[in-house]
Amino acid sequence: MARQAPVRDVAPTVQRLRLRYAKRGRLRFSSHRDFQRALERALRRAEIPMAFSAGFSPHPKVSYANSAPTGVASEAEYVEIGVTERCDPAAVRAALDEALPPGLDIVEVVEANTPDFVQRLEASIWQIELPGLGVAEVEIAAQKLMGQGEVTVERLTKNGVRAFDARGPVVLLVVESGPECAILMAVVRHATPSVRPDDVLTALRQVADLVPPAPPRVTRLAQGPLDPVGATVGDPFTPDRAPLAAAKT
Amino acid sequence: MQDMGSAGTLISMTVSDLVRRGVSIFDQLELLLPLVNKPIQYVGGELNATLKNWDEVQVRWVLMYPDAYEVGAPNQGVQILYEVINERDDALAERTYAIWPDLEALMREANVPQFTVDGHRPVGDFDIFGLSFATELGYTNMLSALSLASIPLLAADRDDSHPIVVAGGHAAFNPEPIADFIDAAVLGDGEEAVLLITDITRDWKQAGCPGGRAGLLFELAKTGVIYVPALYEVEYLEDGRIQRVTPTAPEVPWRVRKHTLMDLDSWPYPKQPLVPLAETVHERMSVEIFRGCTRGCRFCQAGMITRPVRERSITGIAAMVENGLKKTGYEEVGLLSLSSADHSEIGDIARNLADRYEGSQTALSLPSTRVDAFNVDLANELSRNGRRSGLTFAPEGGSERMRKVINKQVTEEDLIRTVTTAYSAGWRQVKLYFMCGLPTETDEDVLQIAQLARDVIKAGREATGSRDIKCTVSIGGFVPKPHTPFQWAAQLDHETTDSRLAKLRDAIRSDRNYGKAIGIRYHDGKPGIVEGLLSRGDRRVGAVILAAWQDGARFDGWSEHFSYDRWMGAAERALAGQVVDVNWYTTRERMKTEVLPWDHLDSGLDSDWLWEDWQAALDEVAIDDCRWTPCFDCGVCDQMDTEIQVGPTGVTDLPMPKVPDHAPVAERNAQLPN
Repeated sequence: MARQAPVRDVAPTVQRLRLRYAKRGRLRFSSHRDFQRALERALRRAEIPMAFSAGFSPHPKVSYANSAPTGVASEAEYVEIGVTERCDPAAVRAALDEALPPGLDIVEVVEANTPDFVQRLEASIWQIELPGLGVAEVEIAAQKLMGQGEVTVERLTKNGVRAFDARGPVVLLVVESGPECAILMAVVRHATPSVRPDDVLTALRQVADLVPPAPPRVTRLAQGPLDPVGATVGDPFTPDRAPLAAAKT
Repeated sequence: MQDMGSAGTLISMTVSDLVRRGVSIFDQLELLLPLVNKPIQYVGGELNATLKNWDEVQVRWVLMYPDAYEVGAPNQGVQILYEVINERDDALAERTYAIWPDLEALMREANVPQFTVDGHRPVGDFDIFGLSFATELGYTNMLSALSLASIPLLAADRDDSHPIVVAGGHAAFNPEPIADFIDAAVLGDGEEAVLLITDITRDWKQAGCPGGRAGLLFELAKTGVIYVPALYEVEYLEDGRIQRVTPTAPEVPWRVRKHTLMDLDSWPYPKQPLVPLAETVHERMSVEIFRGCTRGCRFCQAGMITRPVRERSITGIAAMVENGLKKTGYEEVGLLSLSSADHSEIGDIARNLADRYEGSQTALSLPSTRVDAFNVDLANELSRNGRRSGLTFAPEGGSERMRKVINKQVTEEDLIRTVTTAYSAGWRQVKLYFMCGLPTETDEDVLQIAQLARDVIKAGREATGSRDIKCTVSIGGFVPKPHTPFQWAAQLDHETTDSRLAKLRDAIRSDRNYGKAIGIRYHDGKPGIVEGLLSRGDRRVGAVILAAWQDGARFDGWSEHFSYDRWMGAAERALAGQVVDVNWYTTRERMKTEVLPWDHLDSGLDSDWLWEDWQAALDEVAIDDCRWTPCFDCGVCDQMDTEIQVGPTGVTDLPMPKVPDHAPVAERNAQLPN
């Protein structure tokens, strides 16, 4: 005798908040699922008035944007939540940051005032530290790669091995010098399947035999709208902040 | 250079403290983590974890649950001891877990030592290495950890530069198979024991480490509550049995007593439950509602060695639930114990907690397998608005006769009535748990499981008028354990176990009317033989463990890593030339006069009572639970000077506010102009 899901008084979502968070230090080894569990617990600890879905097992209303791979640090990951009471974004940022373990840090919270947020995440800036490699050799490899029209790489995805172009989405690839390493800065357009930093490194190995002697340290520095002229990435929160700024003046 | 203490006093440091600096190896580890599976399990960073300054304390513990992080991190025992030690100003505790073979290989190649997940400090740098053995199948993982930590595997080869290796947990009630590898073992509740060991170690260090390592172990042994195997000599008879076990010094007691923590309300641990980032086997917070069990199931080692029953009060439980939810953000709370429906005030506890957390998206769970309608009422109360998926009941024995042998006082009518109640209340699936290989068992006893399952489905269909009724039969192999009435019993050989289970499976599958509604789950009998060897083994089994580990045995509790043939090969090599073999340890029945390897370890149970209870089992005579009926003289309360601690407390309603409707963040907003 199956029971019906109880009819609950589901409080409506009155406000949506967009969160930018960072994944730092040793917590770069957390996976996307690890972060999801940590965030949902932090929302409870911080007593954020979350909106829930209906049904037998209600879930808090949280949407996740494209997350950085396990092992990659990030300064710019994005999440959107729905709440049942209006909240001060700054208070939510502080409470949630306090409730998360150090290393998973809430950088900024804004009220969602605009649609199509995910579409605004057009590209990422990746900082790829290559310990044990010199600037000159990486520079040559980067130029070789950028000189190609298309470089097909293979990666094992959950749908099996896929082959795709890892060159096309790379908008900019510059080399800087770091402490005992060369640093690749890559601006990469989001595509399907997405070209990740390890795909760029695979492409560099294929075209220029560039093989890092030690595992690279990768950080996503930004995600947002791609400025095709300056080949840089903007702040995706800007349109959300705009009405607020307009109201204040 | 050494630091000054906060009070301006010079912290006393020993020579080995100057060598063992506890410096993090994370930089080296970090290079390996991108190359392994689930690296998050090795980085720590749990919510509520504690990291103390190395130089500000005198006694440093590393605690290990010798299984994978996903199994070990939620372990309550380790979390409690971790917190109890870290609350002291003069001590610290960090944690380490078993390392999967992929990282182990990389660590050996790169010379990275076994590390703690808190400070990533080398395990070999700590003063005391405490291991909690819930099961014997963690023994090989201990050897991996010792080896990775560059601690000699054999206690006899260690010197003052190595940690003292201490075993605890239920398996430590017979630590003889690992006697060669450990320096000491603690029986029973660990809370007060770790404090005692910390005191003794601190005093010994302050006194300038008199007598070195052996001096400290001698001090521990003299207490009578810490077992130091090296201070006992075991002699054997020609036929392989033990002749006697003798202490080697007059100050060392003949028997070592277990620890029993009284008054659980004054030990509300963990107060700061750890919340791992990695996914674990228990994605919930746990509150231990009582310790001990006196139901007297004769196969159950946990029920025998944790007596007497000590309940936490209804108010103590409610406070721990509230605190734990606040500190963790978990959405589920488990009310843990050996048989949670047996708490004398469980009805009021369940009602109060269900009222209190109604509408807060907090789930409550009560692991209980008691076969009665009250248990179903409790489950209904705790799932008021939730999904009613499955309920588990444990009749344990398939036939009425078998249940008398094991002292599981459940009749077939009880079971049918209980499952009918469950199906009628909307539970869709019932799981029934049984054992195979119990003493005196025949094929017929096991085949009755099929009949019982058929009757359950039939009753469920009648009660609900629906054919959508499912029942899963889950069968575990019985392994005789020390300190139980079945410690003398012959273990069933794996061939007979497997053939009995095959007959049962055929009986269930061939049933046209009911077969499809009954699922059956079981494992083959081989792992049980290895568990049996390690459970009732003596010191000679240590060589088998070492040989198996050297041959690659790791993670023996995981079927994909376990190899029966590897263990049998190891036993053949290690026991070559001995009069004993695997069968001698497992399928052989013992006599009353035989000296058992754990006889010098005192669980409080009177040996004569255990033997009488074994005879009562063979006579198919049951005994009652002493919580509600007069004492049956098992010996524990008399010998340990303890008592049963149960309700009534007189509290039926909890004087606590309901969870506020407005959350703090929203309240702060109320003042904000919109």
